[in-house]
Amino acid sequence: MDIEAAKMIGAGIASTALIGAGIGIGIIFGNYLSAAIRNPAAAPKQFVNLMVGFALSEATGLFGLIMGFIILFK
Amino acid sequence: MDHNPLEQFEIHRLADFTVGGLDASFTNSSLAMVINVLVVFGFLILASWRAGMVPGRWQSMAEMTYEFVANMLTDAAGLEARRFFPFVFTVFTFVLCANLLGLIPLIFTTTSHIIVTFAMAAFIFILVTLVGFVRHGFGFLRLFAPSGVPWPMLVILMPIEMISYLIRPISLSVRLFANMMAGHTLLKVFGGFVAALGLLGIFPMVFLVLFTGLELLVAVLQAYVFAVLTCIYLNDALHPHH
Repeated sequence: MDIEAAKMIGAGIASTALIGAGIGIGIIFGNYLSAAIRNPAAAPKQFVNLMVGFALSEATGLFGLIMGFIILFK
Repeated sequence: MDHNPLEQFEIHRLADFTVGGLDASFTNSSLAMVINVLVVFGFLILASWRAGMVPGRWQSMAEMTYEFVANMLTDAAGLEARRFFPFVFTVFTFVLCANLLGLIPLIFTTTSHIIVTFAMAAFIFILVTLVGFVRHGFGFLRLFAPSGVPWPMLVILMPIEMISYLIRPISLSVRLFANMMAGHTLLKVFGGFVAALGLLGIFPMVFLVLFTGLELLVAVLQAYVFAVLTCIYLNDALHPHH
């Protein structure tokens, strides 16, 4: 197989890591919303944890994307 | 017009000079950092120019930023972390301003390079680890041994905790870098579509406008997350017993 073609396929497969990121972010925000609707007064205090959780789950997805970029351009 | 969307991340030297054999030229990245620092200085100096008890608009904004970072630090790391406030404030405003300035066309996004974010993250990691060891000696290693865990589980748990601790500088830097690079690459790709489609380019243009709005949110959010995680790591260093 051509090395360029292999790189493209590798980058495409590496980008599927973002599926996990999407699901993770959805879970985090979904839980926050359902809890915030039950207990609106306690919601602002947990906002920091929400942002930290979002960042951590997005980061793992982006690790995969960066691997894709490395495969494609190295 | 077939420009590579990754061309925007290329470093161009603006003024060559070497220091002892190492290339220390002034590049477009350095210029963007200088603009970044001048903007932050300008904002803070402008805000405190004629400071009064009843704050005017600029002073209010600066005070809000100060309080925001101070509250974030003391909420995450406790009152004794106040001595780290200048450092955390600097990190927050630098990253925030770098991310926001990068959204302006033609200004280079400094945080879209792994070396910039890794330098900051490595500094933070080393600082936090040193603070932990200076404060608690080898008791700092209690961070990796949560209380109330039976010793067989501890044997398995401690290496996992140590690895996840050592991953911190990498995750901190890659998170910011990947968000910035992916965002700007996507903006460039859609910009290419607009240029290539002529009249039908209105559709990618609408997406571009909306996506720039999202990138604005991501820029601010990533700066906030970088600072909040710094505060959380400081908390781990100052209070390693869970």
